[in-house]
Formats: sequence, structure tokens, C-alpha cells
Amino acid sequence: MTAENEKGLVHEGQASPPALDFGRAWEYAPSPEATDHVRIAPRQELYVGGRWITPRSGRYFDTVNPATEEKLAEVAEADERDVDDAVQAARRAYDRYWSKMRGSERAKYVFRIARALQEKARELAIVESLDGGKPIKESRDVDLPLAAAHFFYHAGWADKLDYAFQGRAWRSLGVAGQIIPWNFPLLMAAWKLAPALACGNTVVLKPAETTPLTALLLARIIEEAELPPGVVNVVTGAGATGAALAGHPGVDKVAFTGSTEVGKKIQRALAGTKKKLTLELGGKAANVVFADAPIDQAIEGIINGIYFNQGHVCCAGSRLLVEESVHDLVVRKLEDRIATLRVGDPLDKNTDVGAINSRAQLDKIRELVAAGESEGAQRHSAPCVLPARGYFFAPTFFTGVAQSSRIAREEIFGPVLSVLTFRTPDEAVEKANNTMYGLSAGVWTDKGAKIFWMAQRLKAGVVWGNTYNKFDPSSPFGGYKESGFGREGGRQGLLAYTELL
Amino acid sequence: MSSRTTTTKEATADTVSATGLTGASRTMTSAAITAEADGFDPAARVSVNKAYKMYVGGAFVRSESGRYFQERGRGEVGGSADPLVVNVPRGSRKDARDAVLAAKNAGDGWASRTAYNRGQILYRLAEVMESRRDELRTSLERGGAGHHGAQAAHEVESAIDRAVYYAGFCDKYQALVASLNPVAGPHFGFSWPEPMGVVAVVAPERPALLGLVSTVLPVIAGGNTCVVIAGSEDARTAVLWCECLATSDLPGGVVNLLTGQAGEMAPHLARHREVIAVDAWSDDSELTAALEREGSGNVKRVRTHGPEDTARLATEAGQGLGFIERFLETKTVWHPVGV
Repeated sequence: MTAENEKGLVHEGQASPPALDFGRAWEYAPSPEATDHVRIAPRQELYVGGRWITPRSGRYFDTVNPATEEKLAEVAEADERDVDDAVQAARRAYDRYWSKMRGSERAKYVFRIARALQEKARELAIVESLDGGKPIKESRDVDLPLAAAHFFYHAGWADKLDYAFQGRAWRSLGVAGQIIPWNFPLLMAAWKLAPALACGNTVVLKPAETTPLTALLLARIIEEAELPPGVVNVVTGAGATGAALAGHPGVDKVAFTGSTEVGKKIQRALAGTKKKLTLELGGKAANVVFADAPIDQAIEGIINGIYFNQGHVCCAGSRLLVEESVHDLVVRKLEDRIATLRVGDPLDKNTDVGAINSRAQLDKIRELVAAGESEGAQRHSAPCVLPARGYFFAPTFFTGVAQSSRIAREEIFGPVLSVLTFRTPDEAVEKANNTMYGLSAGVWTDKGAKIFWMAQRLKAGVVWGNTYNKFDPSSPFGGYKESGFGREGGRQGLLAYTELL
Repeated sequence: MSSRTTTTKEATADTVSATGLTGASRTMTSAAITAEADGFDPAARVSVNKAYKMYVGGAFVRSESGRYFQERGRGEVGGSADPLVVNVPRGSRKDARDAVLAAKNAGDGWASRTAYNRGQILYRLAEVMESRRDELRTSLERGGAGHHGAQAAHEVESAIDRAVYYAGFCDKYQALVASLNPVAGPHFGFSWPEPMGVVAVVAPERPALLGLVSTVLPVIAGGNTCVVIAGSEDARTAVLWCECLATSDLPGGVVNLLTGQAGEMAPHLARHREVIAVDAWSDDSELTAALEREGSGNVKRVRTHGPEDTARLATEAGQGLGFIERFLETKTVWHPVGV
């Protein structure tokens, strides 16, 4: 087996290339983020009607730090009665205040939230990493700045909505029930809350049960921003709480981000109810690398595409489609690159890959990786030492993956990449689109015309050309096919929270 | 004569309608013949009656099931003889699946036409409808919606005007819904609308022609292909409109029209994996709820419209950008900027 490297040199005997030996040059001293200024209340209540209340159920559940398996706090479990209280509070707030307020004044409240998020950014980033396991450099440099930017962006729309729809009259929808995933807990809350509030809706927000803490801190910010009581309500709980919220007859609009499986259930449950629905569901994105791509840049894009946030990303580039002639080169470079990823303590500022969000998710990743091995694909895992405690998984990719393999079809939602090959652009398109999902895709090539040719043909809501995993509040995000419907961000995202008359 | 003014008569049951030879219909036919026999002129020319068929993949086809339902004519309409009874195919699940395949196969070709070309074809449709306006008007009159001549003529004119409206929209909507995204970073970002794919349309019963035109044209103006279930009360006008489509340079398979019962066929379309969206205009809230439920199987974009929405189709509010936009998908593209 031979492989040409970028200089045209041929390596012999590439079946197992010699491992790179960096000696001690790649060892970093621990660089932990200080957490002594962050206090997490041991018991977290529900935020309903502008007040912090104990759940009617009287029940609390634990939220743990997935990097240490230690309990961080106990969190109120909202049952149907709590959800009903929250929906009623949101309805009252809609009728009394929010629907009657001028857009310019709504805007100022939303601007306040954006500012407070910036002021409290570090605290929120730390709690996000503690509760969810993501590396502090991601929560600090991606999640928090983007969350603030989403509120800032949408605040400005609140008094300009008459321009947004080409002169068509619009109205707000009423009470929005929003169900948030655990992979970007605060950022996804921002994606949903900001446009809903700007467009004049009131909200009942349900964060994921494994990552409720930052949504509750956001509720504190909303309280301190003195929004009218009930405009935003936060109810914590698991699937039953979410189902109660989506199914509540007082909810006019449901927005859900999560798995395609649950999304379908919600869509089915809402049939015949006249509720508006937007869904942002799973993905199995193709990241397509042509032979003429700048390979080293592409490698960075591939790494970012799949290992960002431990691969807990609905738009993760989890299927790498490589033009056959550069397959061996790309694989060798990928092996070298994953060996340099630092896996471990999410609060260490040098960590690249943090903790898997939960035990359940770790089990799912292990199951799918085992399936990949049993289906005959060749596994390549980073030779890193994983912490003894906590939920961790070494960055991994598979070569020799069949299109029919589970690891090529199912969303793993973990740091696991499947590498497939193609020979022609048509084949690349065919394979990239051969999925029920259609959230995102990547294209790597030096030829501009080829980028656009691919972008036109890929059935995906977001296409990244020579880049990956870029997000912005001004940029509409959302899926084709079974990755959901509706957009978040941009002018297009406003349609999810308005009705055009 | 009262039986001849009945607009639609559903054959009683599947097995019976497949043969059509029930005692009841024989009796009725005999009575009609007796009444008509008095006016027979042995020297008169006998008119040639048209067989009404569904329009699938650019061809006019019968139902594979062999089933039919009957629509009754009104005798003399607009100076031309009209058959007493017309047999219209009663589409089946298999017909619906065949139509989806035709729509799917036509999808890439239609979506890759230039917007300018799609506009020209829709304008051609308006021209053909204009040239056949008398025939369309006559068809509406005998369709029995209580239309008098002037009302039927008005509906035809509105339908033609709506075709012109959407012809002119084919290369405009993109600029209205696309965006250049001012992302915070060294990237060029933009979003443009793309067609969704195969859209299933349950056309409203009334207005028979304007309702059909108002629901189908925005879907195909946006580059989608569709399977449309025509209203069963005046399916003949729907078929006649397909004859306009067939002579308008519209590629076969872009619009596929089924006749029969929406309640029977639409749930199959809502379950079909190759159908990405459903647009149902029906007063039957049980049916529209069923379509929303079944559509969840592959996360379909299901839009349902009740009587108040349907009533607006005959007004200015029955057309607009929103009709096109709801069956468009937004695609966002990012690329780095740098040297």
C-alpha cells in the first residue's frame, strides 16, 4: 500500500505508518479555569411568572458534572401542573404586557439580556462546562459570545419587523413552548428565546435535564433585566415535562431542538391542534474533500467538524467523503492530528475534547462504535489517556466504512467520524445526499466553481465551503428533509415566530 | 330531469362501481333515454364524447384500479351538447404512488430550469388558458357550482390572471427571500431559496378552477413538482385544465393530477417517503389532522387550510409571495474571505 503525500513523495508500507513521536513537546501543564467565584445554589427552583417557585410535584432531580460524576445541584422537576402554571403565566404576560408593548420597548429589554450575558459571560461559561462537559475554551469563546450576539441581533429586529416581510402584515403567535437540547444549553436557549421575544411572543422554556443550570442563570438575568413577569418562564424536567409543554392546549407554538425520533413524536402529537411547529433535529453531515483541496486546511476543518463539542453537534461533519486519490494521505494526517488532541478536564483551558454529556450518551457512542467494528470498519482512536472518572471517549474515526453501515447512517452524536471515498463529483453528491438527514454539509476544494456546483446539489440547509461549523445570528440555520423544518437566525428565522396575515 | 342536474354521483361501492352495472343505474338510464328519445333527430350529427382521464407524467391515464366515479352533465351548456353521464377515473393508492414517481423523476429537471424559463412556461400556460377560456367557462357552468355564465367567466379570467401573476413571480421571489448574511467574521455568507421537492396538493373543491390554479401554480413556480388531488365535485374542469398544462411546454411530471377521493388517496401521499410537503385545502378537519399526523413519519412540511382560507382564494389575498415561500427551503452557504 502506498500513499502520496502533498509533495508527491511516496511512502512505502503505509498499512500502519510509524507513529509520530513528539517527545514531551506536546505536554502542557494544567491550566484550570478558576471557579472560586462561581456559586451554584444546591437547590434550583422553577422560574414561573417572575418568581422562583418550588415544584408542585415536590420532586427534584440531580444534575451532575459529567467530567467528575459529582452532583452539582438538585433541580426542580416540573410536572403537568407546573407546566400549566407556567403556560398561564406566559399567557397573562402576553395579553397584559408583551403583545401591547411597542417594538422599540421590547427591543430594549432584549438588549438588556444581551448586555447582561456579556457581563456574566465567564461565570456562565464555567457553569456550562461544569454542567455539560464541554471544554472551557469552547463555552468561553463560542457558546457565550454567540448567545449574547443572538440577543443583540434579534433585539434590533423588534421594532423593524414591518420591514422583514416585504410589506406583508404580521402578528406574533402568543405563547411559545421551547424545548432545548443539552449540547449547547445556553446557546440553544438564546437561539429560541431571542427571536420569540423580539417578535412579541412570551415563552415557556424547558432546558434539557442533564444541563439545566445555565438556562436557570439566564432566567436570573431575565429577572434582573426586569422583564414583565411571565414573559419568560423556565420549567426544568425530563421528557415528560417537555411532552406536557408541547401538548398543553394553551401553547400556540412549539419549537424543538433534539433528536429526529422525538421530533417526529412531537409533530405527530401536534397534528390537528393548529399549533405552529419548528423542528431542528438530527444530522449526518457529509464533509466532502476533493483532491484539489488545501489538504492541511481541510484536516483542520475535518477535526473541527467532528470533534468540536465532543461531536455533540447536530450539524457535525460525521461522514467524511474523501476523493479516492487522497484518501491515504488524509487518513494519515488525521491519525497524526487526533494524536495531538488533548482530551480531559473541560475546565482546563488547553483541553480540546471534554467530557461526554452523560452516561447514557456515552453508552450510545460505545454501542455504535462496537457496531462499526463488528460491521468490519477499521477503527482509529487517539492514543490518549482518559481520566479515570467521568464520561470520556477518545476521538475516533473509522475507515473502510460501507454506506450501509450503521456508523454511516445513524447519528452517533459523539467524537466518531466515518470515512468513505468517492471518485467523481457526481458520486460525491450521490453519497452525500444518501441520508434521511439534511442539516449541513462541507465542501473542500480549491476551485470556486466546484464549490458552487456542489452547494447547489447538496440537500442540506447549511453548506460550509472550505470551512466548517460556523454560526452567526444573521445566518439562517436549519434542515432539509428529516433534519427538521424552519430556520433559526437571520430574517428567515423570524418566520418561525410570526404569522403573516 | 332532476337527476341530470346532479353534479356528482358517487358510484355506490368499489365492487359495484368497477362494473357500473347496477340495477339502480340501469333504471335511471332507461328513464333518461325515454325522456330524451322524444327529441331525437335521426339526421343530426352525433357528438364525440371525451374520455376524462387523470394526468400523470405528462400522459392522460386511467386508474390502474379500473374504478371510476360519475359526474353528470346538464344537457345543453353554452350551445354544445354535454353527455348525460361522464365516467371519471377514481384514483387509487397505486395511482398515487405512480404519480409521486413521475413527480420525483421530473423534479431535478424542473428545478434546474432557469427561473426565466419557468416563468415563460407559466406564461405560456396563461396564453393557452386564454385561448380556451370559453371551454373552461362552459366546463365550470356544467360543473354545477351554481355558476351562471358571468360568474364562471369571471372565475376563468381570475384563473388566467393568476397564471400570469405567478409567471412573473418565477424570477422575482428569490431576490425577495434570499439574503446576504452580515456574519461577524472573515466569511462571505448568503442564503437562497431552493425548491423542497415533491409536494402533494389536496386542491379545494371550490372554486374548482381558480382554487386549483391558486394552489398548484405557486408550488411549481418555486421549482417544486407536485401530485395534486383534484376536487371531486368538478373533476372534469380539473382534467380540462391539465389539457392546458399539457400544451404549455410544461415538462411531463411537473404537475400530476389525480381524480377521485382525497380521503382515500391523500393519507397515502402523506405517508410517502418521497413526498416532502403536503398542502391540503379541505373542509374535512379529520382528514387534515390525519395528514398532519401521517406526515410526521418523515418530518413532512404539512400545511392545512380550512374553509376560511379557501374562501380567500377567490380574492386578492389568494395570491402572493407567501404562497410560494412556504414550499421553499432556505440554503445557507459560508465561505472564508481572504488571500
